[in-house]
Amino acid sequence: MSFLQVRNLSVRLKKGPPLLRRVSLDVAAGEVRGLVGESGAGKSMIGKAVLGILPPSIEVTEGEILLDGVDLLRLPLAQRRRRIGALCALIPQDPLTALNPSHRIGPQITDRLVDILGWTRADADRRAGELLAEVQIPDPDRVLRSYPHELSGGMRQRILIASAFAAEPKLIVADEPTTALDVTVQKQILKLIAGMQARHGTALLFVTHDLGVVSKVCQRLSVLYAGMVVEDTSVADFFAAPRHAYSAALLAATPKYTDPSAGLIPVPEAVISAVQAEVAAFDRSVAHG
Amino acid sequence: MPFLRILLVRLLTTAITLAGVAVIVFFVIRVVPGNPIAMMLPPGATEDDIARLSALYGLDKPLLTQFGIWVAGVMQGDFGTSITTRQPVLDLVLGRLPATLELSIMALVMAMILGGAAALTGTRFRGGRTEGAIDVANGMALSVPDFLWGLVLILLFGVLMPVFHISGRVTPSLELPFTTNFYLFESLIRLRFDLWADLVAHMFMPALALAIPLAAIIGQLLKQSLKETMNLDYVTLARTKGYGETRVILREALRNAALPTLTLVGVQFTFLIGGTVIIERLFSYEGLGNMAIDAVINRDLPLIQGIVILFAVIFTGVNLIVDLLYTVLNPRLRHG
Repeated sequence: MSFLQVRNLSVRLKKGPPLLRRVSLDVAAGEVRGLVGESGAGKSMIGKAVLGILPPSIEVTEGEILLDGVDLLRLPLAQRRRRIGALCALIPQDPLTALNPSHRIGPQITDRLVDILGWTRADADRRAGELLAEVQIPDPDRVLRSYPHELSGGMRQRILIASAFAAEPKLIVADEPTTALDVTVQKQILKLIAGMQARHGTALLFVTHDLGVVSKVCQRLSVLYAGMVVEDTSVADFFAAPRHAYSAALLAATPKYTDPSAGLIPVPEAVISAVQAEVAAFDRSVAHG
Repeated sequence: MPFLRILLVRLLTTAITLAGVAVIVFFVIRVVPGNPIAMMLPPGATEDDIARLSALYGLDKPLLTQFGIWVAGVMQGDFGTSITTRQPVLDLVLGRLPATLELSIMALVMAMILGGAAALTGTRFRGGRTEGAIDVANGMALSVPDFLWGLVLILLFGVLMPVFHISGRVTPSLELPFTTNFYLFESLIRLRFDLWADLVAHMFMPALALAIPLAAIIGQLLKQSLKETMNLDYVTLARTKGYGETRVILREALRNAALPTLTLVGVQFTFLIGGTVIIERLFSYEGLGNMAIDAVINRDLPLIQGIVILFAVIFTGVNLIVDLLYTVLNPRLRHG
């Protein structure tokens, strides 16, 4: 049984249009699954649903999110938070806004260990130091005493990665963790996440719009369009021969940096209307029960 | 050091502000109708009596000369002599200042507790009926001025359910061992909790009347600011760590949300101190405000000047404290 099983998950804006349409996906222990799609396809929404941080304006209409066999959606709020806090972690998108400006770095890494998992303060502090060293931050002791505004964006993303791994979670959701970063540090951060994932054996749900990233980091892949999974496959199969026409078009649209003279290839109109027809057919079938 | 720089700049601007206040108060109270001599003499006093008394208080000299004499005195710490009580103005106002300070600070503490509780409860149960009820209560608290709250409280807790004293600062028959006029503070230091309880029973209603409108402002602004903060990324990240909503509000959001509220509380606190004038009168509380009204009624010019200058010092002092607190609470300003 996979560690994370999402079954027929549908969410929508309260009294509004659906944002996820019966999404199903599995992440096995230690496995890395990429979630790709255009902006608004719902890839971040899945990660947020798993971590229980959907905005209050969005409601889950059906489905199950089984974390280690327990359906999170059936747990009362406090218990759900605790379970997610103990088993999962988030690497957020924007390191500049994801650290609390009025707390020092140290407590932001350690307070989960102390408050939720019952570590002693000394153990947690030692652990924080080790983690910062592992993400290659020089002079960890000084950084632990710093405030976020004293550190660069790349440093802060390293800290957030260290913090995500602090409690040895079974599953980490990485929500476009390199999008907000300078291109020069994107590659380092990606390498760092991949390395940490391999060393710690953590399952990873990797939300990204960058297929290049997927080919480097992920083993399995879900392609989303309008909140629907149009393809669920292994990364090797996907790059060899994508099954769905939309996936193929998406792959073809990936810019090739090795050949700057090649223009950008948009996803063809015909593919878009075909996949939109699929979504419409799905909505009709749901409406007719 | 920004602390020292802020302090120096502020001391300079404070000096200019106080000089301006001194000029305005001195000339305005001499231009408006009514004069102290007329208040002191019985009806039908002769021109001669008036001239003699005026000369005695130096009121016969040209205005500018009078101003020069007063300023020269103030520079040496002499604020003149009260016309009605014939005591030094400085002794009078400093004697009353502690009562007003204790009342204002008590009111401020009450306002922060009430407003803070309203904001936190409203944020915790945002979007529900509890938040709606808090908004309605806030609106009511805001739309009624402090002196009306004073009357309402007197009716409720002084007449219908007499649990608090409605007048004075302390029960007159009590033996007071105090050496300063900070009664409330000193009663704690001396561990005289019986006296402390009596002082609080007197202070409770005037302080609450002053606190209610400020509490509403704090509640509204802090709730607004908290709700915005609750949508920020670091708060969302804290939720994934397993914390309950209450702890997320208190530990992640409160401190950051409190900053904008703090500036406003500073400004509003000076209004609250202004409000003590009427509230002290309403509750016959022996403070500066009550004394100010008597001074104005008696046209006690030196005393009015002294009180106004002291209020100006308090106002600028409060603003200075708020600015310094702001740098303490916001680590980003500390190294700037």
